[in-house]
Amino acid sequence: MTIALETRGLEKSFGGLRVTRDLSLKVMQGARHALIGPNGAGKTTVINQLTGVLTPNSGRILLEGHDITGLSVHKRVLRGLSRTFQINQLYPDLTPLETVGLAVSERMGRGGDWWRRMGTRDDVNAEIAEILSRFHLLDVMTELTSTLPYGKQRLLEIAVAIAAKPRVLLLDEPAAGVPESERHDILAAVAALPRDVTVLLIEHDMDLVFSFADRISVLVNGGLLTEGAPDEVARDPRVRAVYLGEAADA
Amino acid sequence: MTALSDVSSHAMASARWRISEVAFWVLALACAFLFPSRYLIMTDIVRLGLFALSLDLILGYAGIVSLGHAAFFGVGAYSAGLLALHGIINEPVIALVAAGFVAAVLGFLTSFLVIRGVDLTRLMVTLGIALLLEALAERFSDITGGTDGLQGIEMQPILGLFTFDMFGKTGFFYSLIVLFILFLLARRVVHSPFGLSLRAIRNNPLRAAAIGVPVNRRLIAVYTLAAFYAGIAGALFTQTTALASLDVFSFERSADLMLVLVIGGTGYLYGGLIGAVVFKMLQELFQSITPQYWLFWIGLVLVVIVMVGRARIHRWVLFVPNLVIRQFAGRKAAVAVPEGDAS
Repeated sequence: MTIALETRGLEKSFGGLRVTRDLSLKVMQGARHALIGPNGAGKTTVINQLTGVLTPNSGRILLEGHDITGLSVHKRVLRGLSRTFQINQLYPDLTPLETVGLAVSERMGRGGDWWRRMGTRDDVNAEIAEILSRFHLLDVMTELTSTLPYGKQRLLEIAVAIAAKPRVLLLDEPAAGVPESERHDILAAVAALPRDVTVLLIEHDMDLVFSFADRISVLVNGGLLTEGAPDEVARDPRVRAVYLGEAADA
Repeated sequence: MTALSDVSSHAMASARWRISEVAFWVLALACAFLFPSRYLIMTDIVRLGLFALSLDLILGYAGIVSLGHAAFFGVGAYSAGLLALHGIINEPVIALVAAGFVAAVLGFLTSFLVIRGVDLTRLMVTLGIALLLEALAERFSDITGGTDGLQGIEMQPILGLFTFDMFGKTGFFYSLIVLFILFLLARRVVHSPFGLSLRAIRNNPLRAAAIGVPVNRRLIAVYTLAAFYAGIAGALFTQTTALASLDVFSFERSADLMLVLVIGGTGYLYGGLIGAVVFKMLQELFQSITPQYWLFWIGLVLVVIVMVGRARIHRWVLFVPNLVIRQFAGRKAAVAVPEGDAS
C-alpha cells in the first residue's frame, strides 16, 4: 500500500497557543480515513495546513510522496488535493453550472482562456454534464446557488471538489446542518465517491464516521491521541473519555 | 446526450446578445446624427465611458478598488501626445494602441503592489501611484511640458484618410468606434472562463484558490488589461483634444470615475457607459443652474443613490421600458441590473 497523504511532525502555533502538536498522519491510497476529535481539537487548523491556507511552523506535508509544504493553494488542487468546506462557502450568485464549469475549466487548464466563450468546448461541457448528473444537479443547474435547498448546496460542494478530479479528497463535515430529510442524498453521494479517490473525512457525526471510515485518527489538543480501525477506536477507553464523553454532554 | 447539449446551451446563454444591448448601441450611433452640434460633449462622454469600462473590469469583475486609475489614463494621454508631438508614430490608430501598451506595461508592473492586501491598502497604493506619476510629470517638465502641458500637438489624419475637424465629428466617430471595439473585446473576456474565474475571485478569493484558480495571476492579467483600456481612453483624450496636461493624472479624475460607476452600477459592462452619460448630463445640467456649486448637486445625487440603492432606482427608471418589453416580447425584462449587485 502506498501512502496518499502524509504529515510529518506538523507543528502550528498561534502566538503561545500550540494548535497542532507534532502531528504525523498517514492516509493510505484509496482509504476512507476519518479524522475526529472534540471541538477545539484543531481539526480545522490541520485542514488549513493540508490545503495550504496556513503554513505550518515546522514539519512537512507529502502528497503521494512529493513534498507540498511550500505549494500555494491552487497548485495543490492541480496536484490532486481537493477539499470541501464545512460552512457554506459556495458562490451564492453563480449557478451550479457556472460553479462546476469553473472547476472543470481550471483543471483542464482552460480557466485562463479569455477569448473563448463559456460552453464552446465539448470536452469541458461533457465533463460538466457528467458531474452535474452524478450529483443530481442537472435540473437546477441554471438556478442561483443561493436559492437551492441546503441539501443541494452540500451536494454541489462535493461536486465542485470532485470536478477538480482529486486523488485525495478532504471532506470537511459534509453533512453538517443538513436537515434529516435531505441527509440520505449526502450520505449516498459520499458513499458513492470513486474508490480510487482517497478520502480524509473530518467529521463530528459518529454515525457517518463509523458507517464510512475504515480507519480513524483521533485528534485531541492538536496531537494524535490514537489511531486504528473503527472498532479498535470505539473500544479505546481514552477515546470514550475525551470524545464520546463530550458528545454525550452535547 | 441531451444533458450535454443542455449544458452547452445554458453555458452560452449569458453571452447571448440581448435586444436591449443592440438598442443601446443603435441609440449611441443615432446620437451622432441627432445632435450634430454636440460632438465635443459626446466625445467627452464616450471617452469617460471607455475609462469607466476600464475601472469596471477590475472593480466590477475582479473586486479591485482603485482611487488612482487616472495613472493609466495619464500615461496613455502623455504617450499619445509625445508620439504625435515628436512624430514618432504619426498614424493615430497605431499611436493609440502603442499608448495603450505603455499603460499596460505600467499596469503590469504596479499590479504586484496592488493585488496584495485588502481594499484599504489597494485604495492607498493606487492613489499613491497616481500622485507619484503626477509629481514625476511635473518634475520632468522638459519632457512633459510641466504645468503648461504638451504644446502644439498636431494630429495626422486617421489611417491617412480622416482628418480631425474643428467640430469634432471625426473625433467622435473615431472614439465611438474605438469604444465599440474595446467593448466587444471586454464582453468577450467577461463571458469567457477567465471572466468567470474573476467573478469567483471577487466573491471569495480563498474559495477560488481551493477550486484551482491561480488567483494572483488572474488579478495581474485583468489589472494589466484594465490599464490598457485606461491608457487608450487617455490617448483618445489627447488625440481628440490635442492636449495633454498634468490634470490627466489628477485625483479628481480617478474620483469622478468612481462616481460614474456608482451611478451606472458595476459588473455588467454597461454601468460605466450609462454612468458616463448620466454623469456628464448631470454635470451639464448643474453647471447651467449653478456654475459654482455643481459639485454640491453631484454630491447630493451620490448620497441619494447610495442611500436609496441603485437597484431600486434602476427598477423605477426601467419600469416603463420593462413593461413594454414584457407586453410585446413576452419575455422577461431584458434591461436589468443583476439583483445580486444591489449592495
